[in-house]
Amino acid sequence: MAEAMKMRATMEGDVVDVKVLIQHPMETGLRKDAKTEKLIPAHFINQVVATLNGKIVLDAQWGVGIAQNPFIGFRIKGAKPGDKVGVNAVDNLGTKFDGEVVVA
Amino acid sequence: MKRNLTYIVAGLLLGTGIVAQAGPAEDRSALIDYYKQILPDIKFENYIYGALAMNPDAKSQYDDFMAFPSYSIDLDKGQKAWETPFKNGKKFSSCFPNGGKNVAGNYPYFDNASNRVVTFENAINACLKANGEEELKYGESEMGLLTAYARSLSDGMKVNVKVKGKGALAAYEKGKTYYATRNGQLNFACSTCHIDNAGKFIRSDQLSMMIGQASHWPEFRGGTDIVTLQGRFKQCEKNVRATPKKADSEEYNNLEYYLTYMSNGLPMQTPVFRK
Repeated sequence: MAEAMKMRATMEGDVVDVKVLIQHPMETGLRKDAKTEKLIPAHFINQVVATLNGKIVLDAQWGVGIAQNPFIGFRIKGAKPGDKVGVNAVDNLGTKFDGEVVVA
Repeated sequence: MKRNLTYIVAGLLLGTGIVAQAGPAEDRSALIDYYKQILPDIKFENYIYGALAMNPDAKSQYDDFMAFPSYSIDLDKGQKAWETPFKNGKKFSSCFPNGGKNVAGNYPYFDNASNRVVTFENAINACLKANGEEELKYGESEMGLLTAYARSLSDGMKVNVKVKGKGALAAYEKGKTYYATRNGQLNFACSTCHIDNAGKFIRSDQLSMMIGQASHWPEFRGGTDIVTLQGRFKQCEKNVRATPKKADSEEYNNLEYYLTYMSNGLPMQTPVFRK
């Protein structure tokens, strides 16, 4: 899903500051549809893995507390311009979201 | 009797003399002088940041957010709406000079033919109508997202509202009067907070100065909620426990005209984040 993830990676001194924005409804499963009064099924990202040149640097388990269209920002030490930062997310329905950015 | 008549005539002449000199330009420069007095540490060009200009910590959080705003996904919807052709093949860009670039600073303007203020949103709907499309509802998110993108094409443009002619001046004066009229259960006028008490705190929020406010609408409040300028008027009226007017009402259009004129000379930026 190409549009689903926006990424930015810029050097700040000797660390790279990575900002990621993922388009996702992040439904908690606790909300009710206003018209039908039925629960809207849970649909949220539950795992996020970030890699630097293929090596895992971040592994996160997300829950329903994360808001819609989630934003994650993190810093990686020891990165340099030209390195590839990859972010792979999976949601509770098994849908995968992948993004990659080259450090500026 | 003759002496009284002289006094009356002199008073009338003096009265009309004063009225003839105080116009919109004088109102604006008087207000800028007032803010320079009560908020001496804030530079004029930073008035566009409102309360953020008065709080360096808040401003740095704002700058961090604006470097990569989380509303950019929503803004893409506005871009799509602007760029999608109508059924007849034309686009929004065909309705505006320069394809819609650097035009938003000229709105609102007073249209003598229809004897009313025309806002940017009115122009968007006129474009839709002229091309056989359904008009958008004022103050709602569809119009908000579209104008959030459309107005961003004028980023950096200085606000450049004109008030010339009897009709325009009357609309400006109506907006000005509305701004200064006490309203609602709390009995505040817009000016109570944003002129008389600018810089002071109301509960936990710092009150922004009126000059600079109109240059950056619509906004993503809380980073997620798109709010148009007139949508914000409604919220402010509710805050003083008044019954809000409708978006695109004559009162709000005149108010927008007055407020935007008062922000003349300041650079526009759309959309922006506010908490």
